[in-house]
Amino acid sequence: MSGFLLRRLGHGLVSILGASLVIFIISRLSGDPTALLLPPDAPPDVIAATRTELGLDRPLWMQYLIFLANAVTGDFGQSYRWQMPALDLVLERLPATIELACAGLLFSVALAVPLGVLSAVHRGGWIDRAGRVLAMLGQAMPNFWVGLLLILIFSIQLGWLPAFGRGGIANLIMPAIALGWYPVAAQTRIVRSAMLDVLESDHIRLSRALGTPERLIVWKYAFRNAAVPLLTMLGVYFAAMLGGAFIVEVIFAWPGIGRTVVEAVFSRDFPVVQAGVLLSSVLFVLSTLLVDLSYGLVDPRIRHER
Amino acid sequence: MSDSTAATPPLPMPRLRALLGLRGVPWLSLIILGALLVAAIAGEWLAPWDPNDIDLGAAFQPPVWAAGGDAAHLLGTDNLGRDILSRIIAGSRVSVVVALYAIAFSGSIGALIGMLAGYFGGWVDTVIMRLVEIQSSIPAVALALILAAALEPGLDTVIIVIVLTYWSWYARIIRGEVLSLKTRDYVAFARVAGVSTAVIFRRHLLPNIMNTLLVLATLQVGQVIIFEASLSFLGLGIQQPDVSWGLMLSDARQYITNAWWAITMPGLAIMLTCLSANLFGDWLRDRLDPRMRQL
Repeated sequence: MSGFLLRRLGHGLVSILGASLVIFIISRLSGDPTALLLPPDAPPDVIAATRTELGLDRPLWMQYLIFLANAVTGDFGQSYRWQMPALDLVLERLPATIELACAGLLFSVALAVPLGVLSAVHRGGWIDRAGRVLAMLGQAMPNFWVGLLLILIFSIQLGWLPAFGRGGIANLIMPAIALGWYPVAAQTRIVRSAMLDVLESDHIRLSRALGTPERLIVWKYAFRNAAVPLLTMLGVYFAAMLGGAFIVEVIFAWPGIGRTVVEAVFSRDFPVVQAGVLLSSVLFVLSTLLVDLSYGLVDPRIRHER
Repeated sequence: MSDSTAATPPLPMPRLRALLGLRGVPWLSLIILGALLVAAIAGEWLAPWDPNDIDLGAAFQPPVWAAGGDAAHLLGTDNLGRDILSRIIAGSRVSVVVALYAIAFSGSIGALIGMLAGYFGGWVDTVIMRLVEIQSSIPAVALALILAAALEPGLDTVIIVIVLTYWSWYARIIRGEVLSLKTRDYVAFARVAGVSTAVIFRRHLLPNIMNTLLVLATLQVGQVIIFEASLSFLGLGIQQPDVSWGLMLSDARQYITNAWWAITMPGLAIMLTCLSANLFGDWLRDRLDPRMRQL
């Protein structure tokens, strides 16, 4: 187990290093950030001084190493716009993004589990078919459009829910639905096929033969086993939620990392963009890492011996 | 090889439709996709109005079936009196162009990289798979954001972002295919007989992964269209005065309280297109490559 853990941690580290390199290279594509910092009529000696101060006169590989060394200590530089450390700015918004991602995940699972189980139990029935239609629709609707439709219906027409901002549960409902809508299809399919497998296994047949009530068979005996594949995928879905949150946050003016980074892109606030993107990559890698490690915990039959 | 798995048990008197292999063809999807193509190619002649024609006197007209609607603007007008139907038709070109380029590039680059990884194995495989892992550790939208910050937003950037996001998807799946193809006797024989690697790739590997590639490409259409719309919605994709469905939604968001149709119509265009592409892709997958059900 510990060998596997180390190797997996190593892979995660390589991924994050690679991501940092990609982020560094892309940010340099845009040319010299001094032009953004100084007025257009700045004298040449001021420009040169700023370049030296920012380390832009050094070779590119050295600039990357400096970027990396600073990033490890949490220093992405000052936000050009807000005059505060970029990482602090992003970390401040992290709880809001995590809250949204959790709510989105909760919504999708709360919809996918009953839908998947009932589709398997009544295979080919109307729930199965309705679930499939819902899944097809879900895959074809961009999450930002779902968000806009929700605002249109529940905020503007009915006036039930606030259209933007973060606050109580009421603020969370629509962003969570917009974010959680997309993965419902895939999750339903996972639960459904796992349930179909389990329902045909011997111990379920035996329970049936013994006259165990159907409800107990389905929800207790079968679902407990069928939940494993979904549970092990939750980290992947959580990671996907973090990515999807970028656009949903913009629509609902949700004060999370995504909106901060999008705003930073428009003001060319590179330190904030770099910090935000690298932080989301780290979160992404961490949640997929947790998935791999949780396999053994959730299902004792899978153990990482190597 | 996948023909054997797709073949159905022979019927005594196969009907014409079955003979032509047309059974269960999702006609509606094909018609919608066909209409999209026609709109993309001949949009200028089909659209009732110029998509950028501003007529403030006709602003905020609802669709023809709603109270106050006018038959001159079937799907209504936006805040500047521009005809929404004409704009949707104009926007279809962006969707089609982005989908074609993005899929062609990400598909061919990803497939080539996947073939190299699967065929050569060893350190080539290790390096490529590490790259795939690195790529998938940056959320796609985040990658798009940082690219858009560095480059000028526009059609080219959108295509670059999509290619950078999707090549690894192709590479991963094609690598798996090639890993199993490599063990086939005819590949081994060709190798022993001294056939050059390029010929093995072209004659023995490529034809066998064509079905998979085709299915992957079809399934990617909907995702690409949504991706483009998302980027344009954020203001990082297509820019005015070009028209894109995502950009229309971004505009319409500013006056969401005044015109529900400006939000619903472009979204419906995206939804219908993606739905059709996905249904067609599913059908194609079941016919050509039933092993890929999980995708």
